[in-house]
Amino acid sequence: MNVFQTILILAFAFLAVFAETVLPASRNWLGAQVDLLPALMVFAALSSNITTVALLAVFGGVWFDSQSANPLGITILPLIAVGFPIFLRRDLILRDLPFAQFVLGAIASALVPALTILLLLNGGKQPLIGWGSLWQWIVMTAGGALMTPVIFEVFAWCDHALGYQPRSETSFRPDREIQRGRKKD
Amino acid sequence: MFKQKNYLALGAVFVVAVLILSLPPNVTSRLKLVVGSWFSPLFGLVDAAQQLPASLADNALPRRELLHQISLLRQQNQQLLAAQLQANATARENDQLHALIGWQKQAPWKLQPARVVMRDPANWWRTVQINLGSRNGMAVNMPVLTTDGLVGRISAVGATRSQVVLIGDQNCRVSARVENSTHDVGILSASGPLDPALVDLSYLTGGASLKSGQNVLTSGLGGVFPAGIPIGKIVDAQTVEYGLATEARVKLNANPGALDQVLVLTNPQMP
Repeated sequence: MNVFQTILILAFAFLAVFAETVLPASRNWLGAQVDLLPALMVFAALSSNITTVALLAVFGGVWFDSQSANPLGITILPLIAVGFPIFLRRDLILRDLPFAQFVLGAIASALVPALTILLLLNGGKQPLIGWGSLWQWIVMTAGGALMTPVIFEVFAWCDHALGYQPRSETSFRPDREIQRGRKKD
Repeated sequence: MFKQKNYLALGAVFVVAVLILSLPPNVTSRLKLVVGSWFSPLFGLVDAAQQLPASLADNALPRRELLHQISLLRQQNQQLLAAQLQANATARENDQLHALIGWQKQAPWKLQPARVVMRDPANWWRTVQINLGSRNGMAVNMPVLTTDGLVGRISAVGATRSQVVLIGDQNCRVSARVENSTHDVGILSASGPLDPALVDLSYLTGGASLKSGQNVLTSGLGGVFPAGIPIGKIVDAQTVEYGLATEARVKLNANPGALDQVLVLTNPQMP
């Protein structure tokens, strides 16, 4: 994993936060805004190094909170709380399977808002929660779960399109070429 | 060694988060505005993209259609001028009556139009940001409304953008008066997270005579919102606390979920 991928992940996080602030489609249709940062954290934890995971938690969290009424920095902790265990256990996870990505995306997308609200309540804030929040939680979980394999696909495409690709070896070997005609001494 | 590096990174993230969270509120809000300003170029791009179809449509509009629209606007302008004459006469009469009784003359509202540029990405807050800031004379607690009614108040001000906390958020409580014979006064607060246009009106007296469809206006109490701004209509009401109090649900006139253009009241005058 290289610096280019780290930059790409951070740029995606930046655009994801921006999109969440200006595109109210899922909020208008489903009553909740789907958060892409947990799904992105799953991707970073499974495909990148610990520095990228840490940077994504810090910058993603700060960017999200800067556009929200959340206290600045509160989203960092839920993001790292989700990303770090996945990173530690990633050798045991079948990360290339879309189903595994889906399940991890669902878990991450469910945990991040729940932990954020827990931290907000613990800090004496009054977030707007009620029975309708259950529906919002389901929408966020399902949306994040669906988006996780998509994010893997997008990054695979970016890697294929922009990253270095090793040259594939051909079966042609000059030393095994059949010489036609008489051998010249 | 590998694991140690992982835990060091975890510790570093934790320290950064705790440091940011423990900053003083004024530093945090300034930092928030600085970080938020990184998104400004993208907002500019979105603005340009949104205006492009309109400008293209303007270019493609035939001259005949434009002349027709100008004619309609002239007619409308004449009607509005006539209505303004009548309103001026009423205002003069009102001022004379105020002077006779000795009431303080009410200054006309100064409204500054603004555009909603973004919404809160978190589902548990109801805030939006508008494209006016301290450079445009915005200040904390200025009421924000639309032509339909009250929307909220400014909660934080940056140089070029301001955060508006909407009615229905836990941080925006409004003292409201029902337009009925008893002029019942209550407090508007959040109803639920799903329908942003529905809020609760609580702390009404037990004998409040509320009916569906009655108008709800700002009461002027509380020192933030001037009296008489329309808010919404009563949907239903029920007695709570063993009949000692009444609670009502209010449908807001201005739908907070579909805000685009808003007006900021820059000279809120309290009674």
